[in-house]
Amino acid sequence: MFSNRLVNILIPIVSVFLGLLVGAFIMLGFGYNPFLGYLALWNGAFGDSYFFGETLRQVTPYILSGLAVAFAFRTGLFNIGVEGQVIVGWLASVWVGLAIDAPMIIHLPLAVLAAALAGAAWGFLPGLLKAKLGVHEVIVTIMMNYIALYTSNSLVRNVISDGKDRTERVPETASLTSEWLASLTQYSRLHYGLLIALFAAAIMWFLLNKTARGYELRAVGFNQDASRYAGMNVGRNIILSMVISGAFAGLAGAMEGIGTFGYQSVKGGFTNIGFDGIAVALLGGNVAIGVVLAAFLFGTLKIGALNMPTGAGVPTELVDIVIAMIIFFVASSYMIRWFLLKVKKEGK
Amino acid sequence: MGFLDILQSIIGPAIFFSAPLIFTAIGGVFSERSGVVNIGLEGLMVMGAFVGIVFNLTFIDTLGSWTPWVSIFVAMIVSAIFAIIHAVASVTFRADQVVSGVAINFLALGLGLFLTKQWYGKGQTDMVDRPFYTTDVPFLAEIPIIGELFFSGMYLTSYLAIAVAILGWYVLYKTPFGLRLRSVGEHPMAADTNGINVSKMRYIAVMVSGAMAGLGGSVFALTIALNFSHSTIVGQGFMSLAAVIFGKWHPLGAMGAALFFGFAQSLSIISSGVPLLQDVPQVFLLIAPYVLTILALAGVIGRAESPKAIGTPYIKGSR
Repeated sequence: MFSNRLVNILIPIVSVFLGLLVGAFIMLGFGYNPFLGYLALWNGAFGDSYFFGETLRQVTPYILSGLAVAFAFRTGLFNIGVEGQVIVGWLASVWVGLAIDAPMIIHLPLAVLAAALAGAAWGFLPGLLKAKLGVHEVIVTIMMNYIALYTSNSLVRNVISDGKDRTERVPETASLTSEWLASLTQYSRLHYGLLIALFAAAIMWFLLNKTARGYELRAVGFNQDASRYAGMNVGRNIILSMVISGAFAGLAGAMEGIGTFGYQSVKGGFTNIGFDGIAVALLGGNVAIGVVLAAFLFGTLKIGALNMPTGAGVPTELVDIVIAMIIFFVASSYMIRWFLLKVKKEGK
Repeated sequence: MGFLDILQSIIGPAIFFSAPLIFTAIGGVFSERSGVVNIGLEGLMVMGAFVGIVFNLTFIDTLGSWTPWVSIFVAMIVSAIFAIIHAVASVTFRADQVVSGVAINFLALGLGLFLTKQWYGKGQTDMVDRPFYTTDVPFLAEIPIIGELFFSGMYLTSYLAIAVAILGWYVLYKTPFGLRLRSVGEHPMAADTNGINVSKMRYIAVMVSGAMAGLGGSVFALTIALNFSHSTIVGQGFMSLAAVIFGKWHPLGAMGAALFFGFAQSLSIISSGVPLLQDVPQVFLLIAPYVLTILALAGVIGRAESPKAIGTPYIKGSR
C-alpha cells in the first residue's frame, strides 16, 4: 500500500498539513477564526494577479537559497552561511550594475555572474578550512555571515555611495526587471530572475544525478572514508560543494539586488533569505524538484501572511510558527513513518 | 588617558557583553556533551529574552526591586520547558538534531513575536522600568587596582555567569552525574550497558541547555536590550555555539571563548576612547571577533575533538 518512495513523498505533505493544523489551533486558541485566517492567507497569495506576481517574486530567491543549502547537504555539509553568501552576492550584483557601463547583453550577465562568483568565494573559504584543516564548517560559515553583513554595510556607506544608507538604483542594462512580467501581474515586482532560479534547479539536478562529479559529491556525502578508499579526493569535493552552494546563494542575492529592489542598502540585520533556505531545503528533501516546490510553498505562506492582519486580524508571525512546525514534523519524520507503517500493517 | 583607565574601560564592557554568552555556552556544553547538537541555542535565548521582558513588565508592581531576578529565574524555567521540544524531537523521535534546532529557532522567534503582537498590539514590547543596574561590590571594590578593574560598576549577573561556568565544570567533571552525562555523549551503548538511562540523561542535558540559554537570553534582555522585538537576539545564540566549539566542549574553555567574544565585541564600542583604536575604521572592529574566531579555529586549535556520539540518536539494540 505504501512503498518507500510514496512514504518519502507523503512525509512532507503530512508535515505541511500538521503544521497548518497547529496554526489553526493557535488561531482558535486566541479567538480567531482559522478558516478566515487561512482564507486571508490564500487571498494574499493568489487573490489576484498582483499578489500572485509577488508570491512568485518571493519564491525566486527561496528556490536559489534552498538549492544552496540542499547542494551542500548532499555532500554532507551544513552550509548555514547561505545568509552571508546572499548578502555578498546581492552587493556584487549591484556593484557591477553601478560601476560598469555596457549594453544589456553584456552588462546583465556580468552582474549575475559577479553575484555567483562573490557567493562562491564566500563559500570557498569555509570549504577550504574544512577540507584542509578540519575546521567545522558550521562555525566558520556563521562567522562569515557577520563578516559579510558588516563589510557590505561599510562598503555601501563609504565606497559605493557617499555616506548614504543605500546605493543608487542599478541602470536598466543591469536590471532583471521585466516590463512584460510586471504588466502581466498588475505591476508586481516579478522579474526575470524566476527563470534563472528554475534553470539553476535544473542544473543542480543534472550536476548531481547525471555527471561523474555529482556522483563523487554525493558519495562524499554518504561516506567520506569509503569515498577516499575508492580514490576520490574528498577535500576537493568538499571545497567544490561549498563553492557551488555559495554560487547558488550568491545568485539568490542577485535576485534581490538587481531584481526585486535594484539597490543594496545598509542592513540592520540579516535578510533571512538564507535561513529560510534551510527550511526550504529540508522540506524539499534536498532534491532540486523538492526545493522548487518547497520554495513555492514558503513563498506563498510568507506573502499570503501579509494579508492576514487586514483580512482576519491575525498577526503575520503566525506563519513563522507554522513554518517552524512544518520543519519540526519533517525532522521528526520517524514518527510519521512509524505511523504510516502501522497503517500499512493494519491495512493488510 | 592612563593605561589603567584604558584597561578599566575594556574589562568592564567585555565582561558585560560576554555574560549572556557564557550562560548560553555552558548550556550548550551540557547538551553537546550528552550527544545532542543544539543549534537551537539562539531560539532558546529568544525565548528567555521574551519571557524575561514580559514577566518584568507584568510583575513590576508586585515584585518591586526583585523583579529582574525573578524574571530571569522564570525565563530559565520556561526555556527549560521549551527545550523539551528539542529533546522530544531529537531523542525520542530520532529527528536530525540540526534540523530540530533550526525549527526551535524559527518557533521561538515566531511565537515570541506573535504573542508580543497579541499582547502589546505592536512589533516590540515597551521598555522595562526595572532592568539590572551596575553596582560596586561591597568591600572588594575598595581593593586598589583590582577593585577598580573587576569589582566596581559591574553587573551582578556577570559574576553569576562566571559562577555558573565554574559550577558547570564541577558538575561535568567532578560528579558521577557529569561522568554519566559525558559517557552518554561518547559511547551511548557502553553507557546503556552500564545501566545508564541514555534518553533520560539526554533529556536532562537538553533541558539544562534550555535553562542556561533562558538565563543568557533574559540577562541579555535585561542588561543590554531592555525590550523585546525581532532584533533583540540576533546571533548571540550562534556566538555561544561558536564559543562551545571554540572552547572545545569544556565549560571553562567555553567561558574563556565567550569572554574573548565579549572582549572583541566591546572593542568596537569603546574604541572611540582608546588612543590607537580610534583611528581604525569601525568596520574592522565590527568584524574583528568573527575574523579572529576563524583565524583561531584555523591556526591555534585546529581540529577540535567533538564528543564521539554527537548528532546521532541512540537506538537501543542497534550496533
